[in-house]
Formats: sequence, structure tokens, C-alpha cells
Amino acid sequence: MPKIIVQVMPKQDLLDPQGKAVARALERSGHKAISAVRIGKRIELHYATTPTDSQLQEARKIAESFLSNGVIEDVVEVSIEQD
Amino acid sequence: MKIGVVTFPGSLDDRDAARAIRLAGGEPISLWHADSSIKKVDAVVLPGGFSYGDYLRCGAIAAQAPVMKNIIKKAGEGLPVLGICNGFQILVESHLLPGGLIRNEKQHFVCRDQKLRVENVDSAWTSGFQKGDEITIPLKNGEGGYIATDETLKMLEGEGLITFRYLEVNPNGSMNDIAGLRNERGNVVGLMPHPEHAVEPGFGPDSPVAMRSGVDGLRIFQSVLRSVISA
Repeated sequence: MPKIIVQVMPKQDLLDPQGKAVARALERSGHKAISAVRIGKRIELHYATTPTDSQLQEARKIAESFLSNGVIEDVVEVSIEQD
Repeated sequence: MKIGVVTFPGSLDDRDAARAIRLAGGEPISLWHADSSIKKVDAVVLPGGFSYGDYLRCGAIAAQAPVMKNIIKKAGEGLPVLGICNGFQILVESHLLPGGLIRNEKQHFVCRDQKLRVENVDSAWTSGFQKGDEITIPLKNGEGGYIATDETLKMLEGEGLITFRYLEVNPNGSMNDIAGLRNERGNVVGLMPHPEHAVEPGFGPDSPVAMRSGVDGLRIFQSVLRSVISA
């Protein structure tokens, strides 16, 4: 199924409490080399056939306007994936 | 005076909001998320709860509901709109108010009787208060941390758009202790704590007078009735 993958991350300068909690747990279990964890979202948009350029453009718009909130998040990737 | 209360899938406090409107002297009108009509109401309340299970982001999917298209348009024309808790999240996701709401600083869901200071009384929903009034109403949220860019915060502080600030305890890590906001026109207000749960003696927060006697939330609903009549 061809897909468009949208990846959304909390903004760099924003506290990511989820990531922080996971980082603390990793540190407790001895993974000292990991200095920080940040947690975002991977969203898959499925298509019946390989998305066209205009569908990719449309997906970028959806990613910016609905799938992410620009106040707190950044869209870090919008790309086509085949498998 | 007709005040609409929108029910989204996952709204919890729509009936409490309707009851608060009734106790304040208004007539609550049920509005449904999938209808685009808002039935000629004079004001709208977006109630608390977990619309769409908080999927994607709190309030994000509700902000796309058919009823919101109309509410956003009418809010632009001056219709008073109050967003409580999830309703506040819907207002920021609809861009009717600036900023965003993120998970509480300490990760926990917080439920407490919360002291607030009324910071601005020039809005449809706060006109019944005196500036500086201290009130206590319940707060219950998991994602109530208010955030905004430095520029937005400066604008909010400079123009006096912060309506309520947390007192004594900042329960969720909100920037500048912000509990509630208004828009520039003053018809749209959003706040995380729940005024609709402090409207009837015997069922509100404890007060110095007696247990559960707090009714500080009632004035928010009385404010809008007054401002609609005088408009």
C-alpha cells in the first residue's frame, strides 16, 4: 500500500514531558549514554495508488494545518513510502 | 436569553454547563457537533470533556466539526463564546484564541479546587467581576499547560487579554500562571478551570463560609447574560 508518511515533533525549545519521563527511566536502567529523549508522532496516509505530486502537496498542507499545531509542534517530514 | 451548549462525541460537562446557564437565569439550548446550525442562540459555551478521545491533539478534531465552522464565523461577528477546559483547547485549535495547551508539567491529571485572580473584566464573560477578585472553582485537566511564543505572551500581557491567573498554586505549568484568556474584542473567552461546577450551594468547592458552598463560577454565566442584554 503506497503511503505518505507525516512526522511531527514537539518544538525543540519546548518541554517534552513524555520524552523527559522516558529519558529518566532509561537513565535509571543504566543507559547512561542517552542524554535526552524526544517523542513525536508518525502518521501514515494510505492511498490506493502511488500519490501524485499534487497529492503530496495536499498532504503537506494537511500536515501543517491539521495534523500538527504550529504553536507546539513542527512537521519534520512528509514523504512517499512504498512497500 | 438563549445560550447554546455544544455536545461533541466525548463531551462530559455539557449538561453541567446547561445547568449553570439555567441557574444564572438563561435558557440553555443543546447544539450538536454535526449540525452546522447554531439555532439563533445569543451566546455559545464549548464544554469540558474529552472530545474525540483527545485523539491527535486535545480539541483538534472538534475544531473541524461542522458546528465549529459556524461558531468561528459568528465569533468573528461578535457572538460571545466561552470555552471551558476541552472547550478552551477547541478555541486555541480553532485559532479563536492564541497559543496552545500541552500536557501538565508533572504529567499527572490534576483535580483540585483552584484559586484564581480575575485579571480583566472587559469581556462578555467577566464583566460581572471586579478586577482583582479572587475566586475558587474546580480545576480538572491532564493537558492544561498554557504555552505561547514570547511575542504572543508579550501581546497578551501588554493588551490585558489574560482574564484569569492561577493563584497560590500553578497546577499545570502554564506560562505566566495563565488560567484563562480573551480575544481582542472580548467576546471569546477560554479557561481551563470549570466555572460550571461552582454554581449551586451544596455542590461547589468548599468556602470559608461552609463546605461545598462555593458558587464563584455563577458570575461568569451571569456576566454574559448581562452583556447580551446591554448589547
